[in-house]
Amino acid sequence: MAFDRMTRRDVLRATALTTAAGATLSAPAVHAQATTTLRCGFWDHWVPAGNGAMRELCAEWGEKNRVNVQVDFITSVGNQNLLTIAAQAQSRSGHDILSFPTWEPAAKYDLLEPLDDVMGRLTAKYGPVNAAAEYLGKIRGKWVAIPAVSGTQMKPACVRFDLLQEHAGIDIRAMWPASNTRGPGADTWNWDTFLVAAEKCHAAGVPFGIPMGSFTDAVDAVGAIMASFGASMMDRDGKVTVQGNAKLKTAVEYLVKLSRFLPNDVWAWDDGANNRALISGRSALVFNPPSAWAVAKRDAPQVAEKCWTVPVPAGPEGRFTPYLPYFWGIWAFSRNKGPAKQLLEFLSERSSAEKQTNTSNGYDIPPFVSMNNFEVWAKEGPPQGTVYNYPLREHHNATASIAMAPAPAEFAVQAYQQALNTKVVARIAQGGETIDQSLDWLHRELTNIVRGG
Amino acid sequence: MVADGSHATGGMASRGRGRANAMQRFARRRSTIAFLMTLPLLSIIVGLVAYPAAYAIYLSTLNRRMTAFAGTLNFELLFESDTFWMVAFQSCFFAVTAVLLKASIGFWLAHMLHHIPDKGQRKWRGMLLVPWVIPPALSTLGWWWMFDPSYSSINWLLSVISVPEVPWLGHHWWARIAIIMVNVWIGAPFFMIMYLAALKSVPEQLYEAAMIDGASSFQRLRYVTLPMMANIISITVLFSLIVTFANYDIVRVLTNGGPRDLTHVFASYAFQVGILSGNIPRGAAVSLFMFPILALCAFFVLRSVTRRNKEQM
Repeated sequence: MAFDRMTRRDVLRATALTTAAGATLSAPAVHAQATTTLRCGFWDHWVPAGNGAMRELCAEWGEKNRVNVQVDFITSVGNQNLLTIAAQAQSRSGHDILSFPTWEPAAKYDLLEPLDDVMGRLTAKYGPVNAAAEYLGKIRGKWVAIPAVSGTQMKPACVRFDLLQEHAGIDIRAMWPASNTRGPGADTWNWDTFLVAAEKCHAAGVPFGIPMGSFTDAVDAVGAIMASFGASMMDRDGKVTVQGNAKLKTAVEYLVKLSRFLPNDVWAWDDGANNRALISGRSALVFNPPSAWAVAKRDAPQVAEKCWTVPVPAGPEGRFTPYLPYFWGIWAFSRNKGPAKQLLEFLSERSSAEKQTNTSNGYDIPPFVSMNNFEVWAKEGPPQGTVYNYPLREHHNATASIAMAPAPAEFAVQAYQQALNTKVVARIAQGGETIDQSLDWLHRELTNIVRGG
Repeated sequence: MVADGSHATGGMASRGRGRANAMQRFARRRSTIAFLMTLPLLSIIVGLVAYPAAYAIYLSTLNRRMTAFAGTLNFELLFESDTFWMVAFQSCFFAVTAVLLKASIGFWLAHMLHHIPDKGQRKWRGMLLVPWVIPPALSTLGWWWMFDPSYSSINWLLSVISVPEVPWLGHHWWARIAIIMVNVWIGAPFFMIMYLAALKSVPEQLYEAAMIDGASSFQRLRYVTLPMMANIISITVLFSLIVTFANYDIVRVLTNGGPRDLTHVFASYAFQVGILSGNIPRGAAVSLFMFPILALCAFFVLRSVTRRNKEQM
């Protein structure tokens, strides 16, 4: 028998060859069989079809690369996504890829795999991302997460053009048409004009719906106004810059004035209250992504067809549009970092980004400035072109802004979540404090945050 | 078995097999068996109570990034924060007011029910328990719709009778009242059912004797009902105080702590600081403040219960 003639050396050689062949064939993500399982936890999109796009893209990439991609969608309702991130960070186990809301990459940067290589390739291909995305995703010189498309939103002004024309005499559609040009009067679209229009619309019973509570829409809008006045509460080195800050004082004074022309219950508004104000026809303007218009299109079409999205007004230091991005990150404890990076790169490519944006009816905003020209924003309606000015375009001369920047992210997130910028206004306008008392309080709160490290 | 009951087995059989060694004697001790039998419960308490509590204390001593020991820094920073002291005041105000109202309303409802005939009583009892049975997050959402800043249905009803709009969630005192109202609505049935059970256990002869002595209805309440229910009232109040103090969902759904942090309680503030702001050690420090306050309450309530029991023996 052949077996009888086998020496011990033959057996060892055969075993070694079999092991090597087996290892090669089972090498993850290389050969015919999908032996790698990549677990992804993406944000559960508000637009139902949004999840479908992500699932299809992951399946497409998985099939091409022989990787089994498992996708979970984690809701942000009840902060479920934040709790999931906290639990996985504590237990050092969970998904390979996770969607991180705005401030989480900075909070978990030491637990995240650096993605400079992926971002390097993407920026070489598509140019730079906007400044706010870089501020939030590039921590201590390293990209710790990739600015995501799915879930990322801008909050420009969504205007009832008929009401603004009727009560404030502003033809907003002529000012900001659905083309890459500024119309007549676009240069006068600043916070002074805005204040006058706010007063007139308030008097007419259709006040602007700007929340002033502690939810993100309020913090983002107030943050953008402060930024356009050049007002910051903390510098990039973490030094509190409240005392003797003339720009901050001017911005707060402006906000107190503006708050007088807002509905008197804005101090209690949540992120849905401004949408409801617009959809019910009780407000002439809100700062919001197109979701408010999309719901109006479904529930109150007569309102939706009179909505027009335009850039945020400009201030003395420029025009700043509230930006609230999601990020895709890979845990440092993931065992599938290679395939995870490939998948994230694929999801960020132009075709994938366009699919996500199209599926979400233009809601999702890609971080790359060069991608702000997808056709969906020109086609959506009625009225056609209503969300043309939703993404930042060159002629807007605007900057994406996140409230509390340029403070170091670890301090900024605390000030942001505690809505210190809206509270400083509320303490004056609602609480009856003087501006100096309110700013003193702000100084103490920020100092306390910084002392905590 | 020895007279003091320290051994579970004994007698001729064991003696017949010769002297048991130390291990066997240890295993046969009643205290050992008792310990072994309580071990499942002890492990649950250690795993689900002691360990999380110890872990929270450990977390509160770390720095924000949880990379180094920070001693009492988190507590010192909380003491220096205006917002924290405001939260402490609001937590106490919310818990004490809500529990007092729940106890009073529950007591009144229990009395009303107690005097309804059995058949009708069951229907009323079922109906009155509904607020307690509905998941609080769901019922609070219903209340939020009624208090909604812009479209409050309560305000709409008030406008029908020409009462001006109430800023239920926009003004801090109204917001506090709204939160307490919802908590009382949810929690009063619990008091009602506990007090009803206690009322049913009061011997009828005591009331008869009091009536023969010419006691008025208030005197019967003061000198018969209340002393007989004292223990159940104390325990229910303590239990509710603990649950109300740790309440989170009502504040989160109704006001999110606003306006201007004036409705935050310890739990909602701890969540905001710990999870939302990414400062878990500081959040743990906030939540730990509930512990000494509740421990103090528990100590006094349980001491008075023990004292009353001794007096009755």
